[in-house]
Amino acid sequence: MAVMRNAMRMAMFKKAVPGKAWLATMALLTMTVLLHSVSAIAETVEVRSFGNPVTEQRYRDLVGTLRCPKCENQAIGDSNSPIAADMRERIYLQLQDGRSDKEIIDYMVNRFGDYVLYNPRLEGRTLLLWGLPAALVMVGVVVLIVLVRSRRKARMGALTQEEQQRLAALIKREGDE
Amino acid sequence: MKRRLLLLLPLVAFLVLAVFLYRGLSINPSERESALMAREFPAFSLSTLQDPQRKVDASLLEGQVTLVNVWGSWCPTCRQEMPQLLDLAERGVRLVGVDYKEQGADDVAQRARGTAFLQQFGNPFEVNIFDPDGSLGFDLGVYGAPETFLVDAEGVIRYHHTGYITAEDVDQIILPEVEKWQ
Repeated sequence: MAVMRNAMRMAMFKKAVPGKAWLATMALLTMTVLLHSVSAIAETVEVRSFGNPVTEQRYRDLVGTLRCPKCENQAIGDSNSPIAADMRERIYLQLQDGRSDKEIIDYMVNRFGDYVLYNPRLEGRTLLLWGLPAALVMVGVVVLIVLVRSRRKARMGALTQEEQQRLAALIKREGDE
Repeated sequence: MKRRLLLLLPLVAFLVLAVFLYRGLSINPSERESALMAREFPAFSLSTLQDPQRKVDASLLEGQVTLVNVWGSWCPTCRQEMPQLLDLAERGVRLVGVDYKEQGADDVAQRARGTAFLQQFGNPFEVNIFDPDGSLGFDLGVYGAPETFLVDAEGVIRYHHTGYITAEDVDQIILPEVEKWQ
C-alpha cells in the first residue's frame, strides 16, 4: 500500500518529475494494481472436495445461483466476503447431510430473503418480472402483424395498369426533356 | 386524429421507463426488508458474553419489547452507534446485544475483546449473547454488523434496521417503533 501511495503522490506531481522517473512510476503503479487484482482472485474461494462428482456439480450450481447478500452483484461462489464464505460452508455441510437443492435454497431464502436468488421464483409478486418480457414480445408481434397488413393493403391499393402506363409515360417525358 | 395519438406512444413509453429508472437511482440496495419480518426470533442456545456458564435462549426475549443489536468489537460503525444505544437504554428501552463473530485465538481471548469493547464504549445491554461462530447471526440473516432487530413481547421480529442507528433514527424511527409494539 505504501508503494502505491508513493506512486500516487508522484503521479499527482508529475510535472515536477523528469520523464524517465514518470515512466517508471507508471510502470510501478500498473504492476501494483495488477498484483493486487491477481491476489484478490487467488484468495477468493476455498477449495472443497466431494466424494462424488454429482454432489460437486450441485455445489457449484448452488454457489453460482445464490447471490451474496452483502456484495450485491456477486454470486456467493465468487465472493470473498465473510457472509458468502459462511453460506458456502452451510451449503457444503447440508450437501454432506444429504439435503436436496430445494431444501438448501429454502434454508437460505428463509434467512436472507428472495434477494439471494439469482433466479427469482415464479409467484404473485414476481409475475411482472417474468411476464413483462413475454408481454413485450407479444406486443412486438402484434405491431409487426399490423405493419405488414397495412403495407400489403397499401400495395393492393396501388396504381392500376392504366395509371402505371401513364406514370411511365410521364417519367419518360420528364427524362427526355 | 387516432393515428396521431398513436405517434405519442414511444414518448409515453419513454416517460414511463425514465420515471422507473430515475426512481431506481435513489434506492439503496443494502436497505431491504429482513426475511424474518413478522416471524418469531430464531431459536438458539448460547452462553452470555459475561458468563460462559449461563445459557440463554429465545425465551430471553419474551415478556417485553426488546431491541436486539448485533455488534462486534471488530466493527468500527458499532463504536459510532454506541452513544445512540446508550441513549436508548437511558430512555428505558430494553436492549440485548449479540456479540457477533468476535475474533481471537480462543474462547477466552474472544470474550476478552468483547468485554474490552463494552468497557471502552459503554454497555447499554441487559445481556449480551455470545455468538463467535455467527450461528445466531446467520439464522437472523445478518450480513454485516451493526444490525438491529425490534422484538415484541411475544418474541416476534417487528422491525429491522441495517447499518448503524443515527441520533435522528433514535427519535424518528426507533422510539416510535418501540412505542408501536409496546
